[in-house]
Amino acid sequence: MKQKKNSPPPKIRRAPFVVIFIFLVLGAVGIGLGEPSRVLEQAKQICLSCIGIG
Amino acid sequence: MEFIRKWVQALFFLITNGYWNFPVTRGIYQGPLKVICSPGLNCYSCPAATSYCPLGALQQLMSGVRLALANGQVYIGFYVVGAMGVIGGFVGRMVCGWACPFGLFQELLHKIPSPTFGIWHPLRHIKYGLLLFMVILLPLFAVDDHGFGQTWFCKYICPAGTLEAGIPLLMLQPSLRENLGLLFFNKLFFLIFFTVWAVLASRPFCRTACPLGAFYALFSKVKLVKLRLETENCTHCGACHAVCPMGVRFNESPDDMECISCLACTKACKFSAITLEVGGQPVTRQSPCHTRKT
Repeated sequence: MKQKKNSPPPKIRRAPFVVIFIFLVLGAVGIGLGEPSRVLEQAKQICLSCIGIG
Repeated sequence: MEFIRKWVQALFFLITNGYWNFPVTRGIYQGPLKVICSPGLNCYSCPAATSYCPLGALQQLMSGVRLALANGQVYIGFYVVGAMGVIGGFVGRMVCGWACPFGLFQELLHKIPSPTFGIWHPLRHIKYGLLLFMVILLPLFAVDDHGFGQTWFCKYICPAGTLEAGIPLLMLQPSLRENLGLLFFNKLFFLIFFTVWAVLASRPFCRTACPLGAFYALFSKVKLVKLRLETENCTHCGACHAVCPMGVRFNESPDDMECISCLACTKACKFSAITLEVGGQPVTRQSPCHTRKT
């Protein structure tokens, strides 16, 4: 009887790495523009209207 | 695996809500960790929150774009969207199943014995509309005379914000109760609505109204960690349909945007037709004794 050939190993998908790289670059641009300080400033305050109070 | 997932959910809940000094300070955490993005829906005005909610931060940035640009500050959401995209690229909606406190809340509610109902499938599209309009377009374009927008989703809908921030802050700071009005009762309505619905149906907020889940869903085809259907092993028995908390028919739609990779289907499948892969490489072994012989 013929032995069944082993199927080739699955290929590595490149798309996720491209996507992650693009968003890493985007995040790095945001850091370069100083966005984290703005985000931190907002996150440190209670946004009353955001939670339905005031 | 379900046991491990519950522990991971609990761990993420504790990590993203790790400021336990709030009963003493009666305020929110204001330390440097708040520059880190919470993977799941976790209001940053929650007294215990240690990280920022990506949806809240994005709306804040969108609503203030004009003023920021007028002041020469290019704060247009690159940092927040970048963080969200990196998370999405790695695991996509796996966050919903493993790391979202509000997802955990809904799962626990659904354990309450009650009649169980499904969710009409077309309702899943609502969350994409909420992401586009209430998180991006309205905060960006519906501005007041000073050029400042509103955080529409947080302000008018988000039940997680009411549960994690609104109610706890009202208890911690009684003076805030003077400000209660229609806005709060509208939000309370949504919280009660989704709470009752979560008892009767599985994860209704995730499936119909979560803009963060909608964003992560965009990565369903290209995320690094995902489930894979081994078509040669599938017998179309439908076991994966019955256990899916999101109503996914996995063998018919393996890259379904609703899949939260909770792995319930991998356990239910007796033919090892569903495996977990990372970047195309399987990480869960197929058991030969269970594999269908053809």
